[in-house]
Amino acid sequence: MAIGNVRVEPAASRTGLRVLELLDHERFLGPAFVSPALILLVLLVAYPFGMAVWFALSNSFIGRPGEFIGLQNFVALWSSDSFQQTFQNAFVFTSIAVAFKVVLGIVLALLLNEQLWFKRMIRGAVLLPWVIPTALSTLGWWWMFNSLYSVVNWTGIAMGIMDPPGPNWLGQRYHAMAAVIAVNVWRGLPFFAITILAGLVSIPRELYEASEADGAGPMARFWHITLPLLKPVLAVVVLFSTIFTFSDFNIVYVLTQGGPINSTHLFATLSRQVGLESGQIGQGAAISLYLFPVLAFVVWVQLKFVRKHQY
Amino acid sequence: MAVKRQPRLRKVLLHVGLVPFLLFALFPFYHMTLTSLKTDRELYDIAAVPLLIREGPTLQHYAFLLWETAFLTWTKNSLMVTAIATAVSVVIGTIAAYALARLKFVGVGAFGTGIFVTYLVPTSLLFLPLAQVVHWLGLADSKWALVVTYPTFLVPFCTWLLMGYFRTVPKEVEECAMVDGATRLQALWRIVLPMAIPGLVCAVLFAFTLSWNEFIYALTFTSSSEEITASVGVTSELIRGDIYFWGALMAGAILGSVPIVVLYVFFLDYYVSGLTAGAVK
Repeated sequence: MAIGNVRVEPAASRTGLRVLELLDHERFLGPAFVSPALILLVLLVAYPFGMAVWFALSNSFIGRPGEFIGLQNFVALWSSDSFQQTFQNAFVFTSIAVAFKVVLGIVLALLLNEQLWFKRMIRGAVLLPWVIPTALSTLGWWWMFNSLYSVVNWTGIAMGIMDPPGPNWLGQRYHAMAAVIAVNVWRGLPFFAITILAGLVSIPRELYEASEADGAGPMARFWHITLPLLKPVLAVVVLFSTIFTFSDFNIVYVLTQGGPINSTHLFATLSRQVGLESGQIGQGAAISLYLFPVLAFVVWVQLKFVRKHQY
Repeated sequence: MAVKRQPRLRKVLLHVGLVPFLLFALFPFYHMTLTSLKTDRELYDIAAVPLLIREGPTLQHYAFLLWETAFLTWTKNSLMVTAIATAVSVVIGTIAAYALARLKFVGVGAFGTGIFVTYLVPTSLLFLPLAQVVHWLGLADSKWALVVTYPTFLVPFCTWLLMGYFRTVPKEVEECAMVDGATRLQALWRIVLPMAIPGLVCAVLFAFTLSWNEFIYALTFTSSSEEITASVGVTSELIRGDIYFWGALMAGAILGSVPIVVLYVFFLDYYVSGLTAGAVK
């Protein structure tokens, strides 16, 4: 590597020059460039993670240092109804929401991949739910699911598909779960559609032309060309979305606060309720650590299969 | 004639197929806007049609929000936190990404993996211990707590995004400059960064959006009306007991989204490309 022609100016101090010269070497510049990020992540991610593990193994309360109690928090959680319910909710919520997002995302991406009028505007409209602050847009959904003035019910009744007064969306357990899933799909669908669209665009046109020449219909082309070639993109999207759906907080917190009777609580919202509102930081941390296996699994799959060539 | 008409029919059908998706995406915003402009009398009239405004639009909810609540303070807090956290994170992320994409040094592989892992860590995993850290730093119930903690998700994000962009800048360009006598830092500043400007714009936009939209840290680390952000203010301060100010609530949700919508309208293409380049949260 070329060593720079550092102009020697009498005013510049010798040590300053020396530092500049050192920084021109990769072996010094590299560590110098990553250290701010490294320090930040060690102090504010790795260290808090260690604290979370310690909290989870202790009987800490807010404002009172705890003592080591082993796995008692986890044992206690397993015998608590609210936790069992939350555990079940997390899997129901994540699997249904991700499934809807995948299927609708593929359909929407296929539509967006065609020649359209107002293409840019349509894309802009489709992506909008994803950029608006979730906590705020969920307020809009909260109002739409209001027990008295629900516009969803009003429309359903007007169209004759619901009997008046219609369901109390946020007050009944299955309806509340459906509402929470609907909002999650609404907010996550753009990410799926736009990412899958990028995957679609990269499929070579010739493949379709060749199969069309061989007499393959649209369905056959979808099953034998589009879907297999989308697999890598779908894998990444589903993995990422699984983490962020599983760890969702905003939607449930604003829409239902976990209710009615814990039927929509997720790990993040229960962990906040137990850890902050009731002050049992130890048990709250133990709940939030249940997010970790999913995170570890996704990271492992990504590192092993998807990003094998990089890190 | 028949040959020409077929694609046209197909095109119309495609657009018809898009209608449910567009309704699903946009209806909540339409309904929020409508609600924020209705008089209370019409809003709480069970017999009224919720899809239209019949009794004339009113700005009373916006006036209430702006003059009778601390909404402007919350917005100011959001802007300050977002601006500082974004600036700091993009700078730290840029140099880290450059190092990962270009430089060879001990531990570069491990650091890359570390960035990737932290990039995937959801904020809801660490908010409890971070609340304790914030307390130790003397920043409990202060917006500065957010300035300090937001980079924990913004830096991995910016690093990951920019690493991709730096890899697209050909190495040769930089090496040429260095053969001509520039130092590596000069080559980075004068050659590589200008070529990566689209990536930097993307990083700034997404960092701004992510921190403006952040909710759980803001909700946990700040609580007094002088320190909270717009999202937290609107969701918690406009609800007093069982009394909901639906009009003002919707007005707040709309006004609190305005900065993002403005950016979005001007930089739509960057959002689309950044999303596909790995912007995920």
